[in-house]
Amino acid sequence: MRRIVVIGAGPAGMAAASAAALHGVEVVLVDAGAKLGGQYFRQDALAPGDRFKLPSNVEHVANAAVWAIEPVDGGHRVHLRVGPADGPARRGRAVEARALVLATGAYDRALPFPGWDLPGVYTAGAAQALAKGQGVAVGDRVVVGGTGPFLLPVAASLIGVGARVVEVAEANAAVTGWLVNPVGALAGWSKSGELVRHAGTLARHRVPYRSRTAVIEAHGSECVESVTVARLDALWNPVPGSERRLEADAVTVGFGFTPQLELALAARCRVEDGFVVVDAAQGTSAPGVFAAGELTGIGGADLAASEGTVAGAAAAKFVGAAVEPPVRAMARVRSGRRFAAALNAAYPVRSGWHDWLRDDTIVCRCEEVTKRALFRAVDERDVGGVRSLKLVSGAGLGLCQGRVCGRNVAELVGVDGTGFAKRPIASPIRLAELAEEEPVETPVDAEESGRALGVEY
Amino acid sequence: MSRIETADVVVIGAGIIGAACAEALSAAGMRVLVVDRGAPAGGTTAGGEGNVLLSDKAPGPELDLAVASRRRWPELIESLRAELGDEVARVEWEPKGGLVVASDRDAMGPLSILAEAQRAVGVEAVDLTPGEARAMEPYLTEDIAGAVHYPGDAQLQPVLAATAMLAAVRARGGEVRGWTEARGLVFDGSGRVAGVRIGDETIGCGAVVNACGPWAGHFSVAAGAPIEVLPRRGMVLVTAPLPHVVGRKVYAADYVAAVASSHVDLQVSAVVESTATGTVLIGSSRQRVGFDEALQVEVLRRLARSAVKLFPVLAGVPVMRTYGGFRPYTPDHLPVIGEDPRFAGLWHASGHEGAGIGLAPATGRLLADLMCGREPEVDPARFRVDRPAVMAEVRT
Ligand SMILES: Cc1cc2nc3c(=O)[nH]c(=O)nc-3n(C[C@H](O)[C@H](O)[C@H](O)COP(=O)(O)OP(=O)(O)OC[C@H]3O[C@@H](n4cnc5c(N)ncnc54)[C@H](O)[C@@H]3O)c2cc1C
Ligand SMILES: Cc1cc2nc3c(=O)[nH]c(=O)nc-3n(C[C@H](O)[C@H](O)[C@H](O)COP(=O)(O)OP(=O)(O)OC[C@H]3O[C@@H](n4cnc5c(N)ncnc54)[C@H](O)[C@@H]3O)c2cc1C
Repeated sequence: MRRIVVIGAGPAGMAAASAAALHGVEVVLVDAGAKLGGQYFRQDALAPGDRFKLPSNVEHVANAAVWAIEPVDGGHRVHLRVGPADGPARRGRAVEARALVLATGAYDRALPFPGWDLPGVYTAGAAQALAKGQGVAVGDRVVVGGTGPFLLPVAASLIGVGARVVEVAEANAAVTGWLVNPVGALAGWSKSGELVRHAGTLARHRVPYRSRTAVIEAHGSECVESVTVARLDALWNPVPGSERRLEADAVTVGFGFTPQLELALAARCRVEDGFVVVDAAQGTSAPGVFAAGELTGIGGADLAASEGTVAGAAAAKFVGAAVEPPVRAMARVRSGRRFAAALNAAYPVRSGWHDWLRDDTIVCRCEEVTKRALFRAVDERDVGGVRSLKLVSGAGLGLCQGRVCGRNVAELVGVDGTGFAKRPIASPIRLAELAEEEPVETPVDAEESGRALGVEY
Repeated sequence: MSRIETADVVVIGAGIIGAACAEALSAAGMRVLVVDRGAPAGGTTAGGEGNVLLSDKAPGPELDLAVASRRRWPELIESLRAELGDEVARVEWEPKGGLVVASDRDAMGPLSILAEAQRAVGVEAVDLTPGEARAMEPYLTEDIAGAVHYPGDAQLQPVLAATAMLAAVRARGGEVRGWTEARGLVFDGSGRVAGVRIGDETIGCGAVVNACGPWAGHFSVAAGAPIEVLPRRGMVLVTAPLPHVVGRKVYAADYVAAVASSHVDLQVSAVVESTATGTVLIGSSRQRVGFDEALQVEVLRRLARSAVKLFPVLAGVPVMRTYGGFRPYTPDHLPVIGEDPRFAGLWHASGHEGAGIGLAPATGRLLADLMCGREPEVDPARFRVDRPAVMAEVRT
């Protein structure tokens, strides 16, 4: 038996695990969540059973945070802690494999604006997860802001759990051509009819959907009491005089997605423009390391799954299984990427948001770094790289380790933000856990290791 | 800012050592250009800690330099404040003192001997009973045989310190140019340094300072005057911010042995300290692995173990981050500060190993004194370039 490790059990990781298992490879599928599915297919953690079924040669390790990846001779050693994240009894495990599939997905991006640090401001993903996972609405009157088709399911979920959605503010222009309405875009993003139905829900509830509009400020003393929305010009500068005040007790913001890059960087995969670079077999620049899903580009659940199928097959081939090129999945990847490119072009993030901030607006919430302090650090100390920028401004040094602010700070200052994603410790680990020896599971075929061939079709 | 076409001195490397040299040279009235192939203060200086230690040094030339530097840091910060204002001069300087802990009687013996010798040369070192040590650091393990308190140990934030000195250089008419690699030197007819090759360009100058940190050996080869400076890898763990647990810099007595050793193998003994933001830094390992940056979990594990051994309360604390760098070391563990005997006008300031932050200001001053022909405060003899450990040809 040959082993591969797949990290992430969203659409991409599940497809990769299935594809590799189909070729007789032993698969260890690791995910931080309690159940399979990842972001999009998030399941109720407490409900019995699992919606998804994987082949029997896939070992699904749930509630398992991969906190480090270490290169070893002929492959990688994946270090995990298994058990509920805040529980006292996480167990250590270290699994070695000649091939890895990274499918760690992406998380949604929040842009800062005055008042975004008030209680009541949520990322769209967090609001969605609360609604889907626990049936909880983040507020009674909610404004949904940001950009992209993803605003709709968030608004629909909020309505579904009893919130009143005051307005959906889409910062980009209404799209034209074949992506003409957000419902159409969604239909392309995922084949799921459920999403189209959600859009119908919005219409029935007469939720205004305004394009070229953004939440540029949240007001309140203890928590959000109202927000200011404004019309935006093509570069996202607020149009003077267009401001409106809306009463709301919560705001959700989602401006696209940021890939979860730390494990890919730890495995030394090449990253360009913020995404992992892959070849036609989903192979990264690191031999034996494959990547699939949102790590390689934002394109929705179907594309993620197709990439996963290709990556799983290639990883199986890499460890020696006889594998025919998965041509159908490869074709789906190609067309999916074309769609994704069009979608991403329709929903860019424009630099006008820089001016939504005031001098005293917080840009890094963990370390409470304001825009003024950030620019002072940059101007007076003339720092040019992420490493020194973090150390002189404090931005990105706090608990979230730059996951929330890294891209925004890099964009404001004009440096490449990838450095913020360098987190050799990919998820927090207690000192006592770190001090402990973990049992190491070496690949069953360790003796024939050392094969450093790429996979080519 | 105008770009400098010719300079009195070009300093290569904008780490803490290059910054300190440039600061001292510009204070002496020279027009200085500092170049760095990456972001200024983004090399080793951004990959270590900010201990300014006397405690870990036995009497000898390095301790002399450290004592001069320890005296110089607060003066320098004060003068930067006067010149540039509070914000730029903010370097998180904390003269908090250090506590060196002996875990058992075997460790206590050498520690007492070291402290005695340090006292003899004027370093303040106070022997403590276990009870006295725990009164100073209430969360310290009960499992100790004794400790020595060094009130002179201090701490600062290296990137803030380096960028503050570079700001002073700019304020005095110098320039700091990032993303600019020095590729070699040009010489005049008499064999004296006349300029630096930067890409396709040559910057004319009267002198060059090689302050390339762990890459000083590489640059010296490109310059045609090889010196022996090698990398010694170190890693640091950073915890989540905590309420006050650790007051001083606290480390185990075996750290001193690790610092002084030349072993290739991994050595770990924790130095534990809090930072201004409440995080606890746990450093650091020592390992000779070339410039290999690959993560080694075993190193982190041993750091964690030695920290928990010193402060058992840290066991449940989450580690947020790890980072590290490559200490520039010479085979005899002393920095190289001085002019190269092979080419007039080529100077080196490197090889400070695990103490470059602490030793920076005295290094800058010594180099400037030598270059300006002033009487140096510290005896330069042991740091000279043409000693066998450093200059391959001399070694034979
Ligand atoms: C709130 C939200 C709503 C969305 N709605 C839609 C929609 O309506 N239609 C649509 O097509 N797409 C939607 N998307 C996008 C969709 O989620 C993605 O396209 C899809 O999930 C990407 O699949 P993936 O497998 O790449 O990553 P994910 O599904 O994100 O899976 C990544 C998995 O990796 C795991 N992981 C990451 N790091 C580690 C680690 N260090 N250790 C262990 N496990 C780790 C995570 O726990 C996660 O389960 C939505 C996304 C979000 C965030
Ligand atoms: C984990 C760790 C912990 C440490 N803890 C401490 C401590 O507590 N106290 C202490 O005093 N010291 C400590 N140190 C040591 C200290 O960090 C170093 O001694 C010091 O930073 C060295 O500074 P430098 O300026 O010589 O090197 P660097 O900071 O590396 O600067 C050299 C610069 O030269 C540049 N460069 C290289 N080649 C070229 C070229 N050809 N052209 C242009 N530029 C070039 C590089 O980009 C780099 O920026 C620690 C080190 C490590 C790794």
